[in-house]
Amino acid sequence: MSNKKKKKLTLTQQEYQAFAKTLEPKRPVIANCLKAFLIGGIICTIGQGLQWMFIKYFDFTQVTAGNPTVAVLILISTLLTGFGVYDHIAQFAGAGTAVPVTGFANTVASAAIEHRSEGYVLGVGGNMFKLAGSVIAFGVFSAFVVTLFKITLKALGGI
Amino acid sequence: MLQGHQTWVFQSKPAIVSSSAVGGPFEARGALNGDFDILHGDIWLGQDSFEKAEKKLLEQACEVAIDKAGIKKEDVQFFLSGDLMNQIISSSFTARTLGVPYLGLFGACSSSMEALALAALLIDSNSAENALAAASSHNASVEKQFRYPTEYGSQKPPTAQWTVTGAGAAILSKNGNGPRVTAATIGRVVDMGLSDPYNMGSAMAPAAVDTIQAHFRDLNREPSYYDLIATGDLGRVGHKIAAELLIKHDREIPPEIFTDCGILIYKENQPVQAGGSGCGCSATVTYGHLLNRMRKNQLKRMLIVATGALLSPLSYQQQESIPGIAHAVAIEM
Repeated sequence: MSNKKKKKLTLTQQEYQAFAKTLEPKRPVIANCLKAFLIGGIICTIGQGLQWMFIKYFDFTQVTAGNPTVAVLILISTLLTGFGVYDHIAQFAGAGTAVPVTGFANTVASAAIEHRSEGYVLGVGGNMFKLAGSVIAFGVFSAFVVTLFKITLKALGGI
Repeated sequence: MLQGHQTWVFQSKPAIVSSSAVGGPFEARGALNGDFDILHGDIWLGQDSFEKAEKKLLEQACEVAIDKAGIKKEDVQFFLSGDLMNQIISSSFTARTLGVPYLGLFGACSSSMEALALAALLIDSNSAENALAAASSHNASVEKQFRYPTEYGSQKPPTAQWTVTGAGAAILSKNGNGPRVTAATIGRVVDMGLSDPYNMGSAMAPAAVDTIQAHFRDLNREPSYYDLIATGDLGRVGHKIAAELLIKHDREIPPEIFTDCGILIYKENQPVQAGGSGCGCSATVTYGHLLNRMRKNQLKRMLIVATGALLSPLSYQQQESIPGIAHAVAIEM
């Protein structure tokens, strides 16, 4: 918690929070990191395998194989979400399933499934990007800033 | 009759003539599955939304309780109920089905005992012959409203709790046999400034301690008066904190009589992190398991302290802290 927030708390509240903290189980950060590394690594290896397959058996180059690879991973992730398996894998894997493209597919698919009961327009359409929306908004914005930076550097005779 | 600052003593000792508990698939695999009247294998209960499924749970709990009491719904003067949905739709829609005069309550997960305390007050003041008190929650509808979509893959910390899919109901009567509601302590809102919705146990524990202390102070009782004191849904984390806090305040409750509905309801190996939560937690455990134990004469006197976290999905996004509340009801055989 930030210091600014702590200042607003009364003495009793601070005392209680410090006391409660001693009795709360901590997130097992190191174990979580290892699990994330393992599962995230497995997902990336599957992706690498798919890419290799698209280059070897289909008419794709190293550059163009990216698109079908991502499409297949998204399909698998969305299916696992729909079958109700993905959230259980994620409880174990944490960031391992959240960071790769599969995590993004899961945020969109889970929100779409969840809000099906409110209809296609207000439910599915309106809520599909409830979680993914901020990733898209800030992703596009940071790409814009980086591009501006790159153009300015170029104009100044850099790289 | 008011005794002390915030405790009602019910002179006429209204009887809980019948009670019911209805649960979902996760509860069916839980530790108390033998104490439910109906258990569903499908979290949708054959409905097309989670919200409708929750309403169905509550309707069934009410029907079973009325049936077991051997009365008709026309004999029930008032229906008091609460749940966690926005604008308490589960309770209100159930009241629409029942057609019984209705008081909708919101005390978050403490609604179960808030309803029971008020129902007892109605009977005790001769304002009703029979009153129906109920509460419900549904894991998926609560996750959807307060957290993330059900199928979203987020890793929950060990302090998180699992919302119970279940509903409990009880019929209170002026006449009749059964465990009797003898006193109730209405809690204050206590806020210790915690704001993590994945750690409700710590946020609610001080409220539970405040109400427990008030109860013993107002009635001039010792904890040993009871065979069992159960908090509503503090879970493993919050319950431990509450027990330690009580020791700090010189009001130690012997560990063998101090328990929590959120710990009792599930088995150790179920992936519920710190335990169960939700209105349905204290409602199904009390109206199912604990009252059954009383009827089997395993317990003579018990105190249920239902705890609630009074947050809204918006309030925590706006970084407001989580206020807690707890209501205690004493039930004696």
